[in-house]
Amino acid sequence: MTKLDAKIPEGPLAKKWTRFRNTCKLVNPANKRKLDIIVVGTGLGGASAAASLAELGYNVKVFCYQDSPRRAHSIAAQGGINATKNYPNDGDSIYRLFYDTIKGGDYRSREANVYRLAEVSSNIIDQAVAQGVPFAREYGGLLDNRSFGGAQVSRTFYAKGQTGQQLLLGAYGSLNRQVHQGKVKVYARRDMLDIVLHQGKARGIITRNLITGEIERHTAHAVVLATGGYGNVYFLSTYAMGANGSPAWKAYKKGAYFANPAFVQIHPTCMPVKGEHQSKLTLMSESLRNDGRIWVPKKKEDAEKLRKGEISPNDLGEEERDYYLERRYPAFGNLVPRDVASRAAKERCDNGFGVGTGQAVYLDFRDAINRMGKEAVEAKYGNLFEIYKKINDENPYEVPMKIFPATHYTMGGLWVDYHLQTTVPGLFAVGEVNFSDHGANRLGASALMQGLADGYFVLPYTLSNYLSDELHTPRLTTKEKEFDEVEEQINERLEKLMNIKGSQTVDAIHKRLGHIMWDHVGMSRTKESLEEALKMLPELRKEFWNDVKIPGHQHGVNPELMKAGWVADFLELGELIARDALQREESCGGHFRQEYQTEEGEALRRDDEYSFVGAWEYKGDDQKPEMHKEDIVYEVTERKTRSYK
Amino acid sequence: MKIKLKIWRQENATAKGKFVKYQLDDVSPDSSFLEMLDELNQDLIQKDDDPVVFDHDCREGICGTCGLYINGRAHGPQKGSATCQLHMRSFKDGDTITVEPWRAKAFPVIKDLMVDRSAFDRIMVSGGYISINAGSAPEANNMPVRKENADMAFDAATCIGCGACVAACPNASAMLFVGAKISHLALLPQGQPEAEERVLEMVNQMDLEGFGNCSNNYSCEAECPKEISVGNIARMNAQFFGAKLKSGKK
Ligand SMILES: Cc1cc2nc3c(=O)[nH]c(=O)nc-3n(C[C@H](O)[C@H](O)[C@H](O)COP(=O)(O)OP(=O)(O)OC[C@H]3O[C@@H](n4cnc5c(N)ncnc54)[C@H](O)[C@@H]3O)c2cc1C
Ligand code: FES
Repeated sequence: MTKLDAKIPEGPLAKKWTRFRNTCKLVNPANKRKLDIIVVGTGLGGASAAASLAELGYNVKVFCYQDSPRRAHSIAAQGGINATKNYPNDGDSIYRLFYDTIKGGDYRSREANVYRLAEVSSNIIDQAVAQGVPFAREYGGLLDNRSFGGAQVSRTFYAKGQTGQQLLLGAYGSLNRQVHQGKVKVYARRDMLDIVLHQGKARGIITRNLITGEIERHTAHAVVLATGGYGNVYFLSTYAMGANGSPAWKAYKKGAYFANPAFVQIHPTCMPVKGEHQSKLTLMSESLRNDGRIWVPKKKEDAEKLRKGEISPNDLGEEERDYYLERRYPAFGNLVPRDVASRAAKERCDNGFGVGTGQAVYLDFRDAINRMGKEAVEAKYGNLFEIYKKINDENPYEVPMKIFPATHYTMGGLWVDYHLQTTVPGLFAVGEVNFSDHGANRLGASALMQGLADGYFVLPYTLSNYLSDELHTPRLTTKEKEFDEVEEQINERLEKLMNIKGSQTVDAIHKRLGHIMWDHVGMSRTKESLEEALKMLPELRKEFWNDVKIPGHQHGVNPELMKAGWVADFLELGELIARDALQREESCGGHFRQEYQTEEGEALRRDDEYSFVGAWEYKGDDQKPEMHKEDIVYEVTERKTRSYK
Repeated sequence: MKIKLKIWRQENATAKGKFVKYQLDDVSPDSSFLEMLDELNQDLIQKDDDPVVFDHDCREGICGTCGLYINGRAHGPQKGSATCQLHMRSFKDGDTITVEPWRAKAFPVIKDLMVDRSAFDRIMVSGGYISINAGSAPEANNMPVRKENADMAFDAATCIGCGACVAACPNASAMLFVGAKISHLALLPQGQPEAEERVLEMVNQMDLEGFGNCSNNYSCEAECPKEISVGNIARMNAQFFGAKLKSGKK
C-alpha cells in the first residue's frame, strides 16, 4: 500500500497555517493574468473560490447545471454557520471549535485541516457581513448567535431559516462583480461529463450544453471541483433533485482517490416518507432541537393507537411519553450529534414505538410554547413551521411535528491533501465534494463554514502555490489529442445510452437503487447486508445498461439523458460505498456496523485498527478498486469514547 | 384523485406552441404538483411520448428554479409558495388544470414550460453586489446595524429570483425583483458607498432587457412566493430619482 502524503506543514498545530502562508510560493500579478482556472460548481465552495481567485487576477471559468449560479444546492441550507467569534462570551475559542469538530467527527478527521478551518471561521463572518449578508441581530444592532448539535456554546450565526440562501447570495454577488469586471465567465446549464488530463495534469473539462446538447471543450491550468455531495445515491434525500456524484466519479476514474465513501450523514429531523410518489425529503432544521423535544409513546399499545389515528399525541400525558434522547443522554439531551439522534429514532421505530406510518417520531413544541410564548416560538421558527404545514397539512403549533431520519450529507468524497489537491496534479476539490474536515460525522452548521473557508481563504493560497510552477506551461488548445479521445468516449457512452431503448425509466431504476442503499447500506449496516448489496448492485447496473429507456434525442433539451448519466455513475458509486462500509469493521460517526456496538447500543469505535482514511483507487471497470490508507495521527487531541451522556 | 391537464407544449423558442390535454387517474392528494408532473412524464416515456420539460431543483421553495403558470396564476393558487410547494390537495378530484410557462418578452421559452431567465443574472451582474475582496473585510461587529433595518433587509433579500413577479405582471415588469435587490443592500450601512451607481446601473440593465414598466397593479406582490412587499419598488424609485438628480445624468 502506498503512503498518501497529506503535505501537512511542520510545526505546532496552531502555527501550521500561518507557517504555510508565510512560506508558500506566490504568483505575481502580471503572471496571474496568464493563468486560467476552471471551477465546476457555484455553491458556497465554488462561488467563493471562483470570486476569490478572480479577485487575485486569474482568469476563471465557472460551471453549473442550473440556469443560474445562484441556484446551487447551498441555497437550501437552513440553520446556520459556525464561527469562533465568542460574542456571547460563553467560552468559545478556536481550540474549542477545533475540538468539537474532531470529536463530533468521531476522531476520523485530520487535525491540521480542522484546526485551519476553526482558525479562519471568524473571517468568514466578517466577509459575509461586509458583502451585505443580513444575519440575525440583537436589539443593540450586533450579531446574534444560537446553539447547534454537538456543542455546548452558542457559535452559530444565522439568517432565520435561510442562512445558506443569504450566504450564497453574498458569494454570488462577489462572483457577479468579477463577471462584471470580465475576470469570470459563467457557463450555466452545463453538465460536466469528464476531466481532461494532459501530461498527467488536469488541464480541462468537457461539458454538455443542456440546451443545445452540444459537447464543449474547455482548457485551463488547473481544475477545481466544487460539485457537492453524492447523497442522492439513496434517491430520497434532502438534496436538490439535481445533486449528483458524477464529477467526483469522473475524477475518481481519472485517478483521484475517493476517500471514506461509507461516511454518509443521515439527518435526524426530516419529514417522513409518505409514499412511492415521493421525490425528495424535506429537512426540518436542526435548530428546532434547541427548543423542541423529541419523544415517542412509552407503551407500544399507545404507538399503535396513534398509528391507527385512534388517539392524538396531545392525549398522552407526560408520564406516557418517552423523551428518549433526554433519557439516554442527559448532558446533551435533544442536542446530541446527528448520527446519535438518527440511530436512536431508528431504534425506537424498529422496536415498535414509531408513530405516523411507523417510521416517525414526534418533535414537540408544546413546552417551548408554554415557556416562551407562541410569539417567541414563531419569531424563531415561524418559517420552518410554515414549511411543515404546507407539506403535511398539520399545524405544528397545535400537534407535534412528525420527523424521521433521511440522507443529508456526505462526509466522504475526493481525497485531498492539506492543499485541497486530489491525487491528480492540478485537480483540486473544495466544499462537500472533498472528504477533508468532518471525519465520520459532520456537526450542524459546519458545512457552510467549510465550503466558504475552502473557497475564500484556503484555495487562493494553495492553488497559487501550485500555479507558481505552471507559469511556463503554455495555454492548451482544445485541439489536443487528449480532448479528442475523451470526447470520443463521451459520444460513445451517450449513443450507447440512447440506443438501449429498454423498458424501465431512469427514475424507476434510481428508486430501486435507493431502496437497496437505504435497506442495506443505510443507517445501520451488517456484514451480511453489505455483502448482499454488493451482489444486488452489479445486477441492477447490468439491468440499467440493458433495459433503461431514455426518450428524445442526444441533441437539444433532454433532462432524462442527463439523469441517466448521473444514475449510471451512482450505480457504481453505490458499490464503492458498500465496499468501504464492509471494509470498516467498526462503528464510528455516521457509519454504524451492528456487529460493533457496546452493551448499551452505542457505537464501538476501534481506534487500534481503523484510525485511518480509506482512500480508494480506481483500477479499471472490471477490477476491484484498491484501498490506500492515510493514518490519522493525533498530536494534540486525546481520543476518547464519544460520550454525550 | 383524477386530474385532467392542459399543458403548453412548445418545441423551442421559435416554434409555435399549443396546449395538449392529458389525464391522470390515480394522483395522491399528498403528492406535490411537481410529483404529479413526474408521474405524467413516467407515463409519457412509457408510451414513447415526449415528456414535458420543466425546470426544478430544490423542491422546497428556496432555489427559485421552478415556476409554472397554473390556472392563470404564477405558482398556482396557494399564497406564499413556489410551484414545488404546492400539493395536489389544493385541487379537487376531476379538476382540469391549465399549465403554462412564464410568459414575458424578456423570458423566452426554451422548451415547453422551461424559460430563459438569464436576464435576471445580467441585472445582478450590472451592480447587484457590494465590492469587497476576500480577506479585506473589517471585524463584523464594528458596524452595528439597527435590528429593524437588518430585518427589513433580510425580508427583501429572501427573494428567490424565480420570476413570478414578471409572469404575474400585465406589463411583464421586473420592478419587484430589482426593487428587492436594491432594497436589500440599500437598507444596510455596508451597501451605502455604492448605492447610487448600483441603482442607476441595475435599472438601466433592467430596461435594456426589455422588461415592462410598473403601473401599480401589485399582482407581483400577490403572487410572490416569498411575499416580497411592493414597498421595495417605492424604495427603489426614491433611490433612483435621488441618484439621478445627483449624478446630473438625464
Ligand atoms: C436542506 C439542507 C440544509 C442544510 N443546512 C445546513 C446548515 O444549516 N448549515 C450547514 O453548515 N450546512 C447545511 N447543509 C449542508 C450544506 O448546505 C452543503 O453541504 C453545502 O452547501 C455544499 O456546498 P458546495 O459548495 O460544496 O456544493 P453545492 O452547493 O451542492 O453546489 C454544487 C455545485 O456543483 C454544480 N454541479 C454539480 N454537478 C454538476 C455537473 N455534473 N456539472 C456541472 N456542474 C455541476 C452545481 O450546479 C452546483 O453549482 C444543508 C444541506 C441541506 C440539503
Ligand atoms: S424547485 Fe426550488 S423553488 Fe421550486
